[in-house]
Amino acid sequence: MIEGVTLFEIMSLTTILFFIGIYGFLTRTNLIAMLMSLELMVNAEAINFVAINKYLSPTVMQGQIFSLFIIALAAAETALALAIILHLYRLTKTVDVKEVKELKY
Amino acid sequence: MDLDNFMLMRDEILLTVIILMMLVAEVLLSQKNKKYVIQLGLVLFAGYTFQSFIPNETGELFGGSYKTYPLVHLFKAILAFGVMMILLQSVTWIKEKLLPYDFAAEFFILIFSSLIGLNFMVSAGDFLMFYLGLELSTMPIIALTAFEFWNHRSVEAGVKYIMLASVSSAILLFGVSLVYATAGSIQFDVITGAMHLPLLEIIGLIMIFIGVGFKISLVPFHFWAADVYEGAPTVISNYLSVISKGGAVYVLMTLLFIVFKAFQTEWNWIMYGISILTMLIGNLFALRQQNMKRFLAFSSVAQAGFILLAMLSNNELGVKAIIYFLLIYIFSNVAAFGVVQVISLKTGKENIDDYTGLYRTNPKLSLVLMIALFSLAGIPPVAGFFAKFFLYAAAASKGYYLLIFIAVLNVTISLYYYLLPVRAAFLRTSENPIPYFKSDIYSKMAFVIAMVGLLVLGLYSGVFEYISGMSNIL
Repeated sequence: MIEGVTLFEIMSLTTILFFIGIYGFLTRTNLIAMLMSLELMVNAEAINFVAINKYLSPTVMQGQIFSLFIIALAAAETALALAIILHLYRLTKTVDVKEVKELKY
Repeated sequence: MDLDNFMLMRDEILLTVIILMMLVAEVLLSQKNKKYVIQLGLVLFAGYTFQSFIPNETGELFGGSYKTYPLVHLFKAILAFGVMMILLQSVTWIKEKLLPYDFAAEFFILIFSSLIGLNFMVSAGDFLMFYLGLELSTMPIIALTAFEFWNHRSVEAGVKYIMLASVSSAILLFGVSLVYATAGSIQFDVITGAMHLPLLEIIGLIMIFIGVGFKISLVPFHFWAADVYEGAPTVISNYLSVISKGGAVYVLMTLLFIVFKAFQTEWNWIMYGISILTMLIGNLFALRQQNMKRFLAFSSVAQAGFILLAMLSNNELGVKAIIYFLLIYIFSNVAAFGVVQVISLKTGKENIDDYTGLYRTNPKLSLVLMIALFSLAGIPPVAGFFAKFFLYAAAASKGYYLLIFIAVLNVTISLYYYLLPVRAAFLRTSENPIPYFKSDIYSKMAFVIAMVGLLVLGLYSGVFEYISGMSNIL
């Protein structure tokens, strides 16, 4: 708990962070930048869980444990994504989504 | 924690043991004997499938995180059965494409990990277990989608799948955090009884629905389906379209019927609209496809719309109808994808036009294709008709007659495109049809199982009665 900061303010911050992530994901064309936006979204949720846990139900640790799992899974997801992007780069020499267009109608 | 408790989650434990055995086998087998990994995986998994049909008791573990009851155990057995058929079909592909790179054991390990994830997901008792299961079931399949790393299409499908899957799971997590904020707990039982700020919870419900709907490929979130199904190895498209979709449907039922029971009127309207959209758009896009895998992808999008139809009923009949439908859907889709798989492995052809005159060269294969597609379309002697019939009955039990009328119209549209490959195979003759070839023994086994399943389930009602006799999740 932080003195003088309410849960409303923290959740406003995380919501803004989440939607910055969504905006970045939708507008960027570089796959690495899209992964960074993804990381923003996931981190917003991790903060959300810790803050809600601390402010609303400080006796049960569910939220903090949840955020630990979120961090671990986000790392796994990023590792897998980077591995696949690396393969794509080897085949096409680009990481731009606009060039990734073999599969479409 | 004693032995009895462990027996409750014996499916997951056995799968973990099987994975460890595969890992050891991969290390111990010499380069010359590597091909026996395939037989080992098949035999171990067949044993697992047999034991999963032995009923299990009701109970919960880890303070309510993991719940099991007869119906969910039966569903796990159905999933295992589907995976077994898919594994049988994949043997040729593994031998031809993966053994040279020494990837056979990894294939089995990844697909079993995904099945563990699905098992945990369907028997989740709180959001943490649900989220972990969802990710564990998705990530190995993403790796498998991009498994043919020398193939541009496969890697591209992998990139598309992982980007969209991560975004959808991030949206789902934000929804979970909103629900956690209002209910003060992540446990399903507690959330059911604790609703403080309805608006926030409804936003959370919508976000969770987006995350799960992505896995089922409901309509606003279906764009990945066709691309990923086309690019991925056919075995993996098969897995995606039946097994991972089936698991997500079951967990969506748990979420809507138990966790968000209080918002029944709200989610009923969401589902009503999405069901119509999914059926219509899936059908309309399937009409114009030339590639068989894309065609089956859109047909599986349309089938998801029919599943939602029964979910609207929100009663026991709906749950049973959906599980029965998924069982038959597994049989018919595995058979249809299996035909595409053997033909594309032998000849590299995947278009509907290439199937012209198939009946004259490969009569058995085209009969399998015909029965599978008839079952997907819902033509009476085959089991698919009864599956769809029970879905309509479930929706009718709550009086959604207009929706059923729209669904029947959609079935009529779908008949047209399901009959296109059948017409090409049976009624047309071609200058250079696909030459005669013998499928391998494993694919034949899978086809025979699927055909027997489809014809027997169509004529014999015992299976539906057995499912109806199970205790319910409600």
